[in-house]
Amino acid sequence: MIFSGASDATRAPWRDMRHVRRLAPVAVVVGALLAAMAAFVAAGGYSPAAAFAALWSGSVGSWYAFTSATLVRAVPLMLAGGAVAVAFRAGVFNIGAEGQLLVGAAAAAAVALALPMLGPVAIILSLLAGAAAGALWAGVAAILRTRFGVLEVISTIMLNFVALHTVSLLVRGPLQEPTHVYPQTATLVERVQLAHVPGAGRLHIGIFIAIGILLGCGWIFRHTASGFRLLAVGESATAAEIAGQIDVVRTMRQAFVASGALAGLAGAVEVLGVTYALYENISPGYGYTAIAVALLAKLDPWRVLLSALLFAALEAGAGAMQRDAGVPSSVVTIIEAILILVVIGVQALRARESPVISSHDPARAAE
Amino acid sequence: MSDILILFLAATIRTATPLALAAFGEVVVERAGMINIGLEGAILAGAFGALIGASAGGVALGYAGAVVGGLLVAGLFAVLVIGLRADQIITGTALTLLSLGVTGTLYRVLFGSTGAALSLPTSASLPLPGLSSIPILGPSLFAQPPITYVAYALAPLLGWWVRGTHAGLALRAVGERPESAQVAGVRVHRVRVAAVLFGGALGGLSGGTLVLAQVGTFAEGMSAGRGFIAIAIVVLGRWHPLGVALAALVFGAASALQFALQAMGWELPYQLFLVVPYLLTLAGLAGMAGRVRAPAGLGKAL
Amino acid sequence: MNAQHAATASNIVPAFELSRIDKRFGFVDALQDVSLVVRAGTVHALLGENGAGKTTLMHIAYGMVNADAGTVRVAGSTVRLAAPLDAITAGIGMVHQHFTLVPTMTVAENLALGGRGRLSRGTMDASARSIADRLGFSLDPNIVSGELSVGAQQRAEIAKALSRDATILILDEPTAVLAPGEIDELLRWLRGYVAQGNAAILITHKLREAVTVADDVTVLRRGRVVFAGPVAATSVESLTRAMIGTTATTSPDEPIRPAPVGVTEVVRADHITVTDREGQVRLRDATFRVRAGELVGIAGVEGAGQRELLRALAGRARVSVGSLSRPTRVGFVPEDRHRDAVLLNRSLTENVALEGAGRRRGWMDWGGLRARTSALMQRFDVRAIGPHTAMRDLSGGNQQKLVLARELAFSGGEQHPLLVVENPTRGLDVRATGAIHEYLRHACATGAAVVMYSSDLDELLSLASRVLVVFGGRVHEATNDRESIGRAMLGLPNTT
Repeated sequence: MIFSGASDATRAPWRDMRHVRRLAPVAVVVGALLAAMAAFVAAGGYSPAAAFAALWSGSVGSWYAFTSATLVRAVPLMLAGGAVAVAFRAGVFNIGAEGQLLVGAAAAAAVALALPMLGPVAIILSLLAGAAAGALWAGVAAILRTRFGVLEVISTIMLNFVALHTVSLLVRGPLQEPTHVYPQTATLVERVQLAHVPGAGRLHIGIFIAIGILLGCGWIFRHTASGFRLLAVGESATAAEIAGQIDVVRTMRQAFVASGALAGLAGAVEVLGVTYALYENISPGYGYTAIAVALLAKLDPWRVLLSALLFAALEAGAGAMQRDAGVPSSVVTIIEAILILVVIGVQALRARESPVISSHDPARAAE
Repeated sequence: MSDILILFLAATIRTATPLALAAFGEVVVERAGMINIGLEGAILAGAFGALIGASAGGVALGYAGAVVGGLLVAGLFAVLVIGLRADQIITGTALTLLSLGVTGTLYRVLFGSTGAALSLPTSASLPLPGLSSIPILGPSLFAQPPITYVAYALAPLLGWWVRGTHAGLALRAVGERPESAQVAGVRVHRVRVAAVLFGGALGGLSGGTLVLAQVGTFAEGMSAGRGFIAIAIVVLGRWHPLGVALAALVFGAASALQFALQAMGWELPYQLFLVVPYLLTLAGLAGMAGRVRAPAGLGKAL
Repeated sequence: MNAQHAATASNIVPAFELSRIDKRFGFVDALQDVSLVVRAGTVHALLGENGAGKTTLMHIAYGMVNADAGTVRVAGSTVRLAAPLDAITAGIGMVHQHFTLVPTMTVAENLALGGRGRLSRGTMDASARSIADRLGFSLDPNIVSGELSVGAQQRAEIAKALSRDATILILDEPTAVLAPGEIDELLRWLRGYVAQGNAAILITHKLREAVTVADDVTVLRRGRVVFAGPVAATSVESLTRAMIGTTATTSPDEPIRPAPVGVTEVVRADHITVTDREGQVRLRDATFRVRAGELVGIAGVEGAGQRELLRALAGRARVSVGSLSRPTRVGFVPEDRHRDAVLLNRSLTENVALEGAGRRRGWMDWGGLRARTSALMQRFDVRAIGPHTAMRDLSGGNQQKLVLARELAFSGGEQHPLLVVENPTRGLDVRATGAIHEYLRHACATGAAVVMYSSDLDELLSLASRVLVVFGGRVHEATNDRESIGRAMLGLPNTT
């Protein structure tokens, strides 16, 4: 599928020197991007030094910035990035993490608002409700794909819009705050909020949930039969079915549902840990950025931890850059886009370098 | 009552025009076996191009700028997807993101960080002599900006072109089975590049329509998902230009209905109407299962 | 040798000439200094084992592959072939081994594809009819190509090539998918075509065909011309030596002995019916037995139902009626290796792990799988750096050896009681083919039952204990001779 880098799950990555060599081009790319950004900023009449200083200080320049800006943003990106990685790994193009995140947030908010007296139990129920809602939302796309042959790329985009309008309807209707003035829900009481991590500013314990889940996902991918089935189906659905006797439809549905659950959980964690209320713009496109996060991580949940951190730092820094140096924050969007384009461009070039050599049809190798 | 009907019909056409333009382009792209999620980005780039063009030299130059904007995004898509054989979905997603970033940044750099609303020359509506005096239909359908008439004309024209020319046949063959088209003497890459560029130009024009015929200014992210909706419209319209025109009208009508109902004093959540077209598309897609197919080669590289 | 022949054969300008063609794919020399001269009014056979470079050479002749060096001349003048369009313009037509009609379009649309200007259904149909008339074919222009029979598809392919006024026609293994009767008809037509002053190149690996229909012959081996000359000046034996290199095959071509009655029945099929995904019945009321230690050959023309039969035996298709008793775990080697058997981008270990992946629960024992892969590689002589090598980096022969190794052996080291193989040597060179045959014989000798389909009747006859012929979804037991199997494949009654 999209990831053709030959890798062997059976080898321990840390014992492999190739990874060091693989990091080198990444460093070059990041360096070139920063240089390009400097040029771009300078061309716009801003001071690159001031821009970078703001980018730095706003993201990792201080403990407060690192925890309260970068890490707080990293939590939903980790979970949603993991969601995209799980789906893409199985060859399921779930572009709908954004919608699944939104319904997850809505479900979590609804449960937390309904059961304030239950405290920690309500938190767990809310998180579960968020995951379930996301899974359900993705399940619709899964059924559409496996039963009716509807391309998931199209259906998940449609469902994103439906989710957005649904949240919009909820915060103006059944879930609106008591005064009926603002298009949002009431604020969650403290007992159903995720606790802050002591000494880490606004950072909440959702980060441990995210890290734990991604570590678990990566471990499942590497060491379990279901993880291997996901990979086999993503690599070649026909070979998985015929040679592996894998139930492809079932595996794809599982990937869809797991992906939706992770994205839904991202929404739930965001509501319980950061916003404490549901409103329309609760996600600044986390579900879309997650695609970039997963791609940069080559669909490996462990690497998603790092790439989510990188994107979170960029976005946190972008805000500071606009505030302190007057540089439009959209510069960072450009960087993100170029990052994805470079990653897929390099992958496409690599795939060209090593053509399939077979005596069966040499002509195909030439193309 | 007839006033409301005229308003409703005019609003339907107004909403449908940019959607239809973008979808017409995407029909050609998908018939050539590709799916360009970057259409959203092309629309946005077109809107920005229109801003540049119109502030330099009026409406006509605005549309030219819009086409150039769309072509730039489509050109990148062609290089990456056809040239490098990168994944279409991811490339399209990244290009939409890129377009969002570049237009947003340039807008602030060129027009000030405040992003104060610029007022641009917009194209006046052009009532068609004769047709515009038909009761109800005249003032609603035939007193529109000229770009709307372009969209009216494109539907049958494209429909004929796909069925009635060798070029259209080659396009369909490329989408169904590129290997076959190639050995039959069709230059597959050339057809695909042309299709992508055509789609980009129309996507740009769609963005230009927003700026030049409707809003009269540019705003960051003003494409607001129209590219994605256009892709849905292509599917709902079953990859045929006339069907696509009809599907665009359905979307237009759904969003026009909210205004009409508000005007009639009904109190219904407007989100319901906004959601209907998406649900319709999904239901339509599911209902079409096994009867109408996408081009067989959709999304596959040669 | 080539140039000499051209000079002596005739002094007139040849219709088509490929001269000193070189082509490399990666590290593989696909073609080295290959020349080919085709005289007008003749059929030129291009012979060679699978993988000898025949198809690559013809793809160069048709502009689908660009040569690294060499020239192509049509009627004496050099042409540049960057794309099929250039070849078509130069009067070259090609009928491909794998058909290239767009299956969702009508015959008329397929014939019109590649033209310019306006298009109307009326003129499209009329021109399709006139081409068919000219060729003496019956072709309905309004039928959707995907619904045509294999023979009719081939006729449509020929019509397509000739609708562009091709004077040089290349046919790539045209008889591989046809039944014996259809083959005769095609070859007769081909003689008529060249009698009008055209030229034809017939790619085949079947010597018999080449000798009966061609005027001249060129033999390729491992990308080089090893023989070129008139058919009259050669013999089946000398051509065989040229193709294979040494004198015929080294292994004795003795079929595997049939298992005596009373030996364990591995498969008992009673009145089984198999339907495909579209709900169409592809195999009807089939009854047969397969015993341990025998190799049952399956013969049938494309689409006769053998595909479904094999998949049902392998547990990859459901039997809708009747009873089929077979071992729970069956080794299966599908025909399309790249699509159905391997994960190209993954390591050999992961490819070995693929077998039985649908049933596996719990953890992956990567250590054990890696050890097993190494053992299989050693035992089946799979040439690769190690079990971590990506499948993509192996040659076709080594890929197939690994697939066969994986499907032959249980994880525990025992072998599967039943192995189902489908065209297992397609696209492999002589050496790899020999090795695969050896492993199949060995499997039978050690008590496994093998069911094998091959589109190459000679391969089937050289291995099979007995042959089942599938025709029109029905299975018949056939006597082990070429003639009666050929007739049965066409559904004709046996005369003897």
